[in-house]
Amino acid sequence: MDPLEIARWQFGITTVYHFWMVPLTLGLGPVVAIFQTMWVRTGEERWLRMTKFWGKLYLINFILGVATGLVQEFQFGMAWSEYSRFVGDVFGAPLAMEGLLAFFFESIFLGLWIFGWGRLPKRVHLATLWIAVAGSVVSAYFIIVANSWMQHPVGVELVDGRPVMTDIWAVLTNNTAIAAYTHTIFGAFGVGAAFLIGISWYQLWQRRRDGVDEVDATGRVIVGEAPSIPGRDRTDHSVWIRSLRIGTVVAILGFGGVAITGDVQAKLMFDQQPMKMAAAEAACHTGTAFSVFAIGDLGAQSCDDVVNVIEVPGLLSFLAHGDFDTQIKGVNDLIPEYQEAYGTTTADGTEINYVPIMAVTYWGFRLMIGFGALAAFAAVVALWMTRKGTVPRSKWIMRLALLGILAPFAANSAGWIFTEMGRQPFVVAPNPNPSGVDGVFMFTAAAVSPTATVGELLFSLISLATVYGALMVVEVILLVRFVRGGVGSAMPELAPHDDDHGGGHDPDDPDAPKSGDVLAFAY
Amino acid sequence: MDILPTIWFIAIAALWIGYLLLEGFDLGVGMHLFLTARGDRQRRVMINTIGPVWDGNEVWLITAGAATFAAFPFWYASLFSTLYIPLTLVLLGLIFRAVSIEWRGKGRTPRWARRWDIAMAAGSFVSAFGVGAMLTLTTTGLPIDADGNRVGGPFAWLTGYAVLGGFAVVGFCLIHAAIFLALKADGPVRAAARTFAVRWSPIALLPIVAWVLIMQLRSGTVVTWTLVAVAVLAVLFAWLNARAGFEGRAFAGTAVFLIAGAASIFAAAYPVVLPSTIDPAFDLTVANAASGSYTLTVMTWVAAFGLPVIIASQVWTYWVFRHRVSEKHIPLAHVFTAAVRPQGE
Repeated sequence: MDPLEIARWQFGITTVYHFWMVPLTLGLGPVVAIFQTMWVRTGEERWLRMTKFWGKLYLINFILGVATGLVQEFQFGMAWSEYSRFVGDVFGAPLAMEGLLAFFFESIFLGLWIFGWGRLPKRVHLATLWIAVAGSVVSAYFIIVANSWMQHPVGVELVDGRPVMTDIWAVLTNNTAIAAYTHTIFGAFGVGAAFLIGISWYQLWQRRRDGVDEVDATGRVIVGEAPSIPGRDRTDHSVWIRSLRIGTVVAILGFGGVAITGDVQAKLMFDQQPMKMAAAEAACHTGTAFSVFAIGDLGAQSCDDVVNVIEVPGLLSFLAHGDFDTQIKGVNDLIPEYQEAYGTTTADGTEINYVPIMAVTYWGFRLMIGFGALAAFAAVVALWMTRKGTVPRSKWIMRLALLGILAPFAANSAGWIFTEMGRQPFVVAPNPNPSGVDGVFMFTAAAVSPTATVGELLFSLISLATVYGALMVVEVILLVRFVRGGVGSAMPELAPHDDDHGGGHDPDDPDAPKSGDVLAFAY
Repeated sequence: MDILPTIWFIAIAALWIGYLLLEGFDLGVGMHLFLTARGDRQRRVMINTIGPVWDGNEVWLITAGAATFAAFPFWYASLFSTLYIPLTLVLLGLIFRAVSIEWRGKGRTPRWARRWDIAMAAGSFVSAFGVGAMLTLTTTGLPIDADGNRVGGPFAWLTGYAVLGGFAVVGFCLIHAAIFLALKADGPVRAAARTFAVRWSPIALLPIVAWVLIMQLRSGTVVTWTLVAVAVLAVLFAWLNARAGFEGRAFAGTAVFLIAGAASIFAAAYPVVLPSTIDPAFDLTVANAASGSYTLTVMTWVAAFGLPVIIASQVWTYWVFRHRVSEKHIPLAHVFTAAVRPQGE
């Protein structure tokens, strides 16, 4: 086995996994902060319940994001020591800035928020959440800056064959970073929104199934309440319908933003990494047409076997340049250009293959757009279907709404897999574009730690993948349990008190908690 | 003398000391779950003494790692790639520790909570041991060649120093956390923790004292020996006050002990950041492992702005949560059911 291959799988698995937690954190955080702001401003019970319920799910997910984030930072040095030595002068800075200017505040103030209920003044407590959420949003920016430098190295000069940073502002305002960051943040809003829609839909459906809410002849909701079911009062309806409709609005804004920023990013990418975009199209020959569907052996990294079944003439040129007739270079024409600029063989004599795995780039690109469009469409449908104040009784539509939570996650993963795999064989992509620094590039094969053995890499790949898999099962079990519990799962004061399950404490026990002393929150 | 790299060597030493000072008691509390706590409620008291602060404390590690990457990429690359196996274990330990705290109370059975407590204790022990081994080895040396690459297999780092360093940090965490618990908890947890600190500190602190002395005998100076003297006085002060029941003073004592002791180690190691056990000519130093002066200048500005705000925020957090935690503060387990009409109704 080749250590390089294992190291790449290891990095890919841990990173894609980490980026399941991150967009939910980024998307849900601002929404929870807005809910709490509304509660502080209006004093209305429903906003408090929304803050508590969505805040609980936010925390269950947040912790796994924190736990898996540390792996990201360590494994650059562990498995990619040559990469770390090569890029350290410029790449380490945004990572350190992320810690010093963002992640510290996120962690410190989230701890204050979790334990601050009832202890901090209301407005101070609200401020702690906003600071924590701002920390996560700023944190994402620095990480994207670091990644974008690998896509489009700027702000450096070559000294003894190694990039040395000369302009931090160029690194921080890299056009690739700004496009990728906004794209990522809007994509995260889509994830958070689909989460709100799916779970609220399920709760509203439960209320209808249990006969709590009815509809009149025109289909308008008649809100009811059921004292026998925990938490099912009138306010509860308002919690879910508001969460759902706010979710649809966030989704429409988010996916609108994703489309616009994605367009900007694609135009940059045609310029900065033409091979990635040609491979995204499986465009072997220079032309103007966008391929909708292709068959053949894309995985062969050879153009001979690809047959485009459906093509839209002119669309590719429109995506790349905003017109319909600019010729976009195909893979076959780009290969000689890359060979001329960056060589035909590596130092040890192996031939360099400049074409990314087209099955991954072609389908990654389409799955990203497809799942994103599907989620956007679902949000519009959800907004229309809930216009009369509740959801239909159909079990299947409810299941679709829950399943819809997965679509933006899939779009996010597909997008990242596309852009990272599309950069291969480079780990730091060279830039034919004049705004990039010429000659700064690194092949992935040269980046891996020369000392890393197959055994070490397999050990970390297998142990991390196993643990990650098990933790994902636990996370989903917990999320499902809290979702099924509704608001009562996050607010003990709403939940029924069943003395048989109260923890076995005798009310006369002098050590039993007394209400005045008990913490509002404790692990 | 290289001024900027020296400033960053001091900064990274400070980040590691901050990590050991703060996360030291978090990891120690994790281990105490099965050393001094009796039963679920006492374990919950312990976990809630660190509940609001542990995540912020862990960021000192993240920032120490990232700052090493930014300021000394060659140190970061050589150290982390050489210690591939132990760092993987540290990561696994910290993953389990983190999710245990958040998830332990969200199950339905006592067995669920107990399993996560075991994961937290084991994760805390493994990560404390691994961090200790790493920090000791970066001061005593690793088998690296002229390119900074490891000579030997995946376990070439596994020496007596690695084991000593592991126990040094584990032992320190146990004592530091016992005094922290005596300061922050009330009731039986407080009493048991104080007894533990008084009884076991002479043994548990031996490995860290040995590490300090090894570094002094290798390359001690007047300055570093002075720091050692401060550390010795501080630890005696801590022990006497713990025995007399002055927990605040005792905690200040172990804090000063750690700061002075670790500072004496880093100061003795300077200017070498990672010695080579193959040939001193291959040593990584603040001069040959550092980033360029532009990067270091930028990072200095960032740290000069960020660190004071970070420290102020953390001090405020500790002030907000300054009250002792005892069993009467711990709410009953929150049992909830699905919000649906029961079957057959």
